[in-house]
Amino acid sequence: MSLPERQTDVGPPHFEKFLPPVIKENYGKWKSHEVLTPGTMVHTAESGDQIHTVRIASPRILATETIREMCDLAEKYCGGFIRFTTRNNVEFLVSDKAQMDPLVAELKEKGYMVGGIGPGISNVIHTQGWVHCHGACTDASGIVKAMMDEFHEYFTTKTLPNKVRLAVACCVNMCGAVHVSDIAVVAVHRKVPAIDDENVGKMCEIPTVIGSCPTSAIRPNPKDKTVTINEEKCMYCGNCFTVCPPINIHNPEHDGVAIVVGGKIGSLRTSPKFSKLAIPFLHNEPPRWPKVVDAIKNILDVYAANARKHERVGEWIERIGWEDFFKLTGIEFTFQHIDDFTFMRDTLRTSAAFKY
Amino acid sequence: MGKYKTPMLDELEKGPWPSFVTEIRKAMNTSAMPEMAEDELGQLEKSYVTKKGYWKHGGIVGVLGYGSGVIGRYSSLPEEFPGIAHFHTYRINQPSGFFYTSAALKEICDIWDKYGSSLTNMHGSTGDLVLLGTTTANLEPLFAEYSSRGWDLGGSGSAMRTPSCCVGMARCEWANIDAMGICNHMTQHFQDELHRPAFPYKFKIKVSGCACDCVAAIARADLSIIGTWKGDIRIDQAEVKKYADGGMDIQSEIVGMCPTECMTLDGTTLSINNEQCSRCMHCISKMTMALRPGEEKGATILVGSKAPIVVGSLISWVLVPFIKCDDEDFALLTELTENIIEWWDDNAKPRERLGELIEVKGMRPLLEAIGVDPQPQQVREPRKDPFFFWSESDFDK
Repeated sequence: MSLPERQTDVGPPHFEKFLPPVIKENYGKWKSHEVLTPGTMVHTAESGDQIHTVRIASPRILATETIREMCDLAEKYCGGFIRFTTRNNVEFLVSDKAQMDPLVAELKEKGYMVGGIGPGISNVIHTQGWVHCHGACTDASGIVKAMMDEFHEYFTTKTLPNKVRLAVACCVNMCGAVHVSDIAVVAVHRKVPAIDDENVGKMCEIPTVIGSCPTSAIRPNPKDKTVTINEEKCMYCGNCFTVCPPINIHNPEHDGVAIVVGGKIGSLRTSPKFSKLAIPFLHNEPPRWPKVVDAIKNILDVYAANARKHERVGEWIERIGWEDFFKLTGIEFTFQHIDDFTFMRDTLRTSAAFKY
Repeated sequence: MGKYKTPMLDELEKGPWPSFVTEIRKAMNTSAMPEMAEDELGQLEKSYVTKKGYWKHGGIVGVLGYGSGVIGRYSSLPEEFPGIAHFHTYRINQPSGFFYTSAALKEICDIWDKYGSSLTNMHGSTGDLVLLGTTTANLEPLFAEYSSRGWDLGGSGSAMRTPSCCVGMARCEWANIDAMGICNHMTQHFQDELHRPAFPYKFKIKVSGCACDCVAAIARADLSIIGTWKGDIRIDQAEVKKYADGGMDIQSEIVGMCPTECMTLDGTTLSINNEQCSRCMHCISKMTMALRPGEEKGATILVGSKAPIVVGSLISWVLVPFIKCDDEDFALLTELTENIIEWWDDNAKPRERLGELIEVKGMRPLLEAIGVDPQPQQVREPRKDPFFFWSESDFDK
């Protein structure tokens, strides 16, 4: 069978093709919205028209069979109109209000988790992990599954002082917003990479390899057409591995994850914040990473018990101070917590006022 | 059951949260190459046992005339797992706002079942509709099938990456700019830059309609376009009263948490000193029925954000405090974007992001190149040390 004629540089289809009529008619003219339940909300336009949204969780990795099942439900209840959120939730766009409750009922009956709206835990932004990435030093999907099996009630029913954005990155490249999440897991290395000298010369551009190092730890070794790494300077970021595969950063025994906290993206109340180091290392423990899940549960519980209404994790920590964060959570403070990288000076305490 | 025993992964099919393992298993039901998902599971189980990945670095594969959009992926154990000897990623550029019809999605699925693993990411971190796992031989047929139906490839490598945005005016009353319109326009305008990598490194554009920033533009885009307004927040006092009657402690939850202390409450009447408001969205996001942004809409343009590699993560900073975005084809914004990219492309070393280049060169050369004046809105505070550059042009003022 012959293939259809290919087209180049046509770009994506215009989104207008996929909007329900009520959205087309009220585009840019919405007036207000109300969250009805953690999985449903209604938007009202200036015209008085309304659209109801039903949100469900997704593991992000979806088989076409599951996508088709979601599509069938969208056809049955909302004219086939379906979208995804920036956190990989799935949303059904319901123009006929009467269809909302039956849709929710059928979704629940089929085992979908309805929720993710409001001050709780929405879907987890995460990376490919061992499922599909050469650089991964943990499995992002596995950690997310283990975490959300524990925290799923914060998706469907339970609330927190404000939303808590979770993220998992399977290496420090962070294909996801780990560096600005309330609580996030990032996989890290702890050992200087092993160099396969013979292949470095064959496969890599030496100047690129040297230039890839943020701490200038890599020197050329022209005699052997390879490079050497200064062990005292290397911070195990793996960027040299990214540009030169024979420099192997992976070390299953010593690779694992760090937990960072207190980041936020929105400008609400306080400026966007980076996540900061809470726990420098936990071992990879597949399939369920119990120590990682416990550590996050501890932070979440302490936040829930101590933060004021509307305070994000980072805002709460800044109010009480990081010294209190470590005291309340019982997390050990180590040399790794004191920054000695690019932005160190901004992080040291330049005041004699602090808490014990 | 497949041909592999997967006791570790089986554990992850238990529990209430939807399971990615179940999804991988389901892919075997529909793909013309069920051995792909099966061997993916086999290799993944091995990773769970050894705590080690088994994928090679991406190789150079693609479709004719494109340098972007396909990422080569090969198992490092092709003899043990032949089904995933090739397991390439095919990035489809998503429609702005991630809106679909069931008919469109089903068509995408049908083609993918025929030529790929049946596994997807809905969506990838940058925003593309990601198809996970196909062979080199199937790339051209996939491209013919998809492109002929209007589905083009997204970006990858040292190129413009697929722009992404929040839901914007389609379903949000806080959208101060047409986020989806801008995203679609930028995507179409930069097709060549998207598909043929010619930049020093990646360049990401993200568009959010307000400071809530649902697409994380401020954290994950070299160019962050964030909607804002000028003028007064619109207040519906009857709705304010309803919140008070409904039990909201407006004084402590709204007035008391306003970062600029620009609000007062008299009984159930709320007043805002709009001159002092920094438009942070706290009050509006908590009183969705009572408060709305002001009516003169535009965007703040911020630049520089990125993840930690190489010398530390960055959050975008303000370049242009306010720009109107309601002209035809977003001409002002498009011209500004082109000028920023041109300056970066002319000056950056290989693998140097825009934010890192500005750190090396300073803000002045960029501001001069794009014709934007220095303004206090661009800094949190002025410099503290008395070391600064003068140029001849400063003496003429």
